Amino acid sequence: MIIKILGSGCSNCKKLYDNTKEAVKELGIDATVEKVEDFKEIMAYGVMKTPALVVDGKVKVMGRVLKVEDIKKYLK
Amino acid sequence: MFDWLDYLVGLFVENVLKISMETHLGSGVHFFFYDTIKIIILLGIMIFAISYIRSYFPPERTKKILERFSGITGNIMASLLGIVTPFCSCSSVPLFIGFVEAGIPLGVTFSFLITSPIVNEAAFAILLASFGWKIALIYVATGVVVGVVGGILIGAMKLEGEVEEYVYQIKVGEVDIEEMTHKDRVEFAVGNVKDIIKRIWIFLMIGIGIGALIHGWAPAPLLAKYAGPDNPFAVIVAVIFGIPLYSNALGTIPIAEALINKGVGIGTALSFMMATTALSLPEMILLRKVIKPKLIGVFVAITGIAIILVGYLFNGIAHWLI
Repeated sequence: MIIKILGSGCSNCKKLYDNTKEAVKELGIDATVEKVEDFKEIMAYGVMKTPALVVDGKVKVMGRVLKVEDIKKYLK
Repeated sequence: MFDWLDYLVGLFVENVLKISMETHLGSGVHFFFYDTIKIIILLGIMIFAISYIRSYFPPERTKKILERFSGITGNIMASLLGIVTPFCSCSSVPLFIGFVEAGIPLGVTFSFLITSPIVNEAAFAILLASFGWKIALIYVATGVVVGVVGGILIGAMKLEGEVEEYVYQIKVGEVDIEEMTHKDRVEFAVGNVKDIIKRIWIFLMIGIGIGALIHGWAPAPLLAKYAGPDNPFAVIVAVIFGIPLYSNALGTIPIAEALINKGVGIGTALSFMMATTALSLPEMILLRKVIKPKLIGVFVAITGIAIILVGYLFNGIAHWLI
């Protein structure tokens, strides 16, 4: 599973990134979590409000920092 | 609205702290506790309510609405949507690209970008707490007018060439607007309340602290003389000082409240607030990624001048407001 966190490097983006890593760890799944900070790539997903959570190329959530428990729902 | 709190804090200062309300110390301490409690109550309620409404207007939907309007109607709609669309300076770049790519005119995009940060829930809540409904609503209305006029002017100047070329080449993907449940919206709103209060409480406390000092000790005649509504330069100085003070914007409101009580012009204080929010350095640095310095300059100049005019307007009608 490939998980991407879209965001221009603001504090909320970092929080979502950390929470997602935590969720992956707790679920014990095989997934890579990467940050996407390039605007061209962020826009290619159609996201205008960062941070956003993308799982396997699909935008799941945007403009919100999810809690670890809520992220797990999108990873199952 | 908060007479009960005023009374209770008065009792607390006189009977628990044993400080007379007639002294400088008593009056300052009263201001500090009263203002802190009042602002926290109003901030909590207002941010929650506005965030809940905002959850219905993600930028993707705002963009779709704006695609339907052109001309001045577009500017007006953009400013109005700027109030309800959640915005933080870190999202200004994707938002700008998204709007431009969708074919929304540059002037309309700027109407949104100008109003959105000026009219924010936290500023509104604190204005309400400090000055009451009339001024809070007029602040919102002038925020919209500044955005509409600024956007129309920028649109008329035909500055499309001042946008970085790559912006026009970006292809924006389609995304489904997420359906939120009632529970999601409440969580979003509660999260926002926590987030904003966590971000601003320290500035707020410093601001209220300085406000309390001014309230207890500052010599009213001196302030009224140099920063009162009759000094024509006060507004300009306030705006110039306001620009680099972004993160302290909300903390400045209690200072403004105390200053106004001491005779500083209300327009001067409001211009200062608008400048701190609308013209922030971090946002300009981010916007530099998508627009060239000339357009940033035009944006700052037009918005700055509009805010200065708003200051004079408010100073002119101050007697009617308070």
